[in-house]
Amino acid sequence: MKHVIAVIVENKPGVLARVSSMFARRGFNIHSLTVGPTEDDAMSRMTVVVDGPEMEQIIKQLYKLVHTVKVTEFEPGTAIEREIMLVRVNADPKRRGEILDAARVWEARAVDVGVATITFEVTGPPERLADFLQLMNAYGIVSLAKSGRIALPRDQKSAKKQLKTA
Amino acid sequence: MPEQLTGAEALIRSLEYEGVEVVFGMPGGAILMAYDPLIESPIRHVLARHEQGAGHMASGYAHATGKVGVAVVTSGPAATNLLTALQDAYMDSVPIVAITGQVATTAIGNDAFQEAHTWGMSMPATKHNELITSADEIPDIIREAFHLASTGRKGPVLVDVPKDVLAATMTWHRPGEVRLPGYRPAVKGHPRQVKAAVDLIEKSEHPVLYVGGGVIAAGAAEELEQFAEMTQIPMVTTLMARGAFPDSHPLNLGMPGMHGTYTATTAMQRSDLLVTIGARFDDRITGDPKHFAPEAKVIHIDIDPAEIGKNRFADVPIVGDAKTVLQQLITETERRGPQPNREAWLATVHEWQSTYPLSYEQEADGPIQQQYVIEELLRITGGDATIVTGVGQHQMWASQLWRFEEPRRWINSGGLGTMGYAIPAAIGAKVGTPDEVVIAIDGDGCFQMTGTELITAATENIPIKIAVMNNASLGMVKQWQNLFYDGRLSQVELSPTVPDFVKFAEACGGVGLRADHPSEVAGVIEQALAINDRFVVVEFTCDPEAMVFPMVPAGGSNDDIILSREDFA
Repeated sequence: MKHVIAVIVENKPGVLARVSSMFARRGFNIHSLTVGPTEDDAMSRMTVVVDGPEMEQIIKQLYKLVHTVKVTEFEPGTAIEREIMLVRVNADPKRRGEILDAARVWEARAVDVGVATITFEVTGPPERLADFLQLMNAYGIVSLAKSGRIALPRDQKSAKKQLKTA
Repeated sequence: MPEQLTGAEALIRSLEYEGVEVVFGMPGGAILMAYDPLIESPIRHVLARHEQGAGHMASGYAHATGKVGVAVVTSGPAATNLLTALQDAYMDSVPIVAITGQVATTAIGNDAFQEAHTWGMSMPATKHNELITSADEIPDIIREAFHLASTGRKGPVLVDVPKDVLAATMTWHRPGEVRLPGYRPAVKGHPRQVKAAVDLIEKSEHPVLYVGGGVIAAGAAEELEQFAEMTQIPMVTTLMARGAFPDSHPLNLGMPGMHGTYTATTAMQRSDLLVTIGARFDDRITGDPKHFAPEAKVIHIDIDPAEIGKNRFADVPIVGDAKTVLQQLITETERRGPQPNREAWLATVHEWQSTYPLSYEQEADGPIQQQYVIEELLRITGGDATIVTGVGQHQMWASQLWRFEEPRRWINSGGLGTMGYAIPAAIGAKVGTPDEVVIAIDGDGCFQMTGTELITAATENIPIKIAVMNNASLGMVKQWQNLFYDGRLSQVELSPTVPDFVKFAEACGGVGLRADHPSEVAGVIEQALAINDRFVVVEFTCDPEAMVFPMVPAGGSNDDIILSREDFA
């Protein structure tokens, strides 16, 4: 089972190495890991997607790192989760129209068009990316680049309808 | 006018500022600058012969005194030599600060002479580490290193200092307050959990206090004794906790686990409640975890939240400092009034003790048994000595048979099992507690790993005593080959004649004595104890076939304790 963990760390040199080394040393599998700035210059946010039955020990080990400030595991459905991907698909001129139509439905932007391929950019919740990939499989995926996941908890006070649109 | 210092001067001054009295180390290229201001500093420097030795000396010093031990070495091979001692201290939660030299910041990453990626290599072997990149940071980073090493779950901290940082000029400033927003070790246990713990204790019929090294680290021996007295719960003290509770106390059942006493291991196995304090359900304690203490509920008190639930589910987890939590437990227990009568349970464990005592036989004319040497040492010193061991059979026998009455008189390598620990650690312990008799009980295998540190003991005037149990074997490995590999011995036999330990001791500047026969044992011990101006090595020619029992084979169930060789099916 995949779990999504947000780790707020002090923005110091080597902090990514500390986190990734800890995962390797304790035998935990990282599915994806992203790191970037937060609203506070002194802190960075890591979003880690981890495979495993339970996260308690991982979270405790993360807290043992001196530069870890806060660790949160998102329960399914409690966070806004996004990924971005670039996917290049075979696009024979005869099928190009069909592919572009399909892409429109998924709000995939064609960002590069070549003689025999189209490259799409897709942003959204991970499931949407997975569905789009499955669809494009029929045409043949030439290459794929995917960001790790980023996530923020939902504002508990946010309107219900906002929940539906995300 | 603000004082201008070099980074090197700032480093030494920062160490002085932390109250450091002694550092163990060895100079070299990248750290050279720091050795110059040491000449004027009141800090004593003990010149080790190998950086691993310097690290274990810092560890022995920390064990014996409760203070932070400091090792100072240069870059590259010195730093890699130190790694074993860091990992050793990490596994046993020993507070150490290691200062390593590094090539200049401009050379880092260029495979410069004596460059190693010390920061990266030491990361998983330390509680925390830092690479200093500016001389201005020195006072604050050194402050932070000592703070981290000595608070929370104690451990080693490494500070890597490049050569150009040592050479740079900085404006001296006292270290500021440590600012680590993510580092907040718990002290007090949650009051609700403390109540829940006492509830469980009152309901239990066969409770056992399972006490680990955390009690010694927290300085909680007095509180532990008070709590044990008021609850009358029998206690096991792990390898790291020997001395946390007097062995003479009837509630003390001794060491549990792979080579523990029958009673300690079995009391845990039959208990309905393990009151766990500063211990971590290590595999050497539990054997096969599926069969370990199957009926027991668990109260787990530890300063490190990650230990709770790691190896065994805790019914009542309490995160906090052992001393504070014990005080809370004492207050709560007092408030409840009379505690359950434990006489029946105590009678049971005491009956096991008399049925299954530790035993060995010293034949008057047979080879010397290591147990006999340990018991003679105990008798002749009256137990008034700090015992330091290496790793192996001699370590287990020393832990089993020595009678520890107070904390910090037993020093050994538990978690990592570092052979060669005894001699350098004994040197560190003696430096920290010069008025105590410090005896390294060592094996011949261990001795040959770090014996050259005896030169340090001689040249630095550190009069330790070393009892070498020479069975001409890697005894514990041999025991496993005898028991589990049909006696097919592979690379476990050392030479009975080489080295000549007596001559080796003399060559290193100490006294060498030898006992080949049981009748000589007491005599050489008395001789060794009378020499206090030099180190003394006493070689005991021991039985090469002896084995440590009781034993629970690795991965076996603690229900199946092997009491003697005859027991082994």
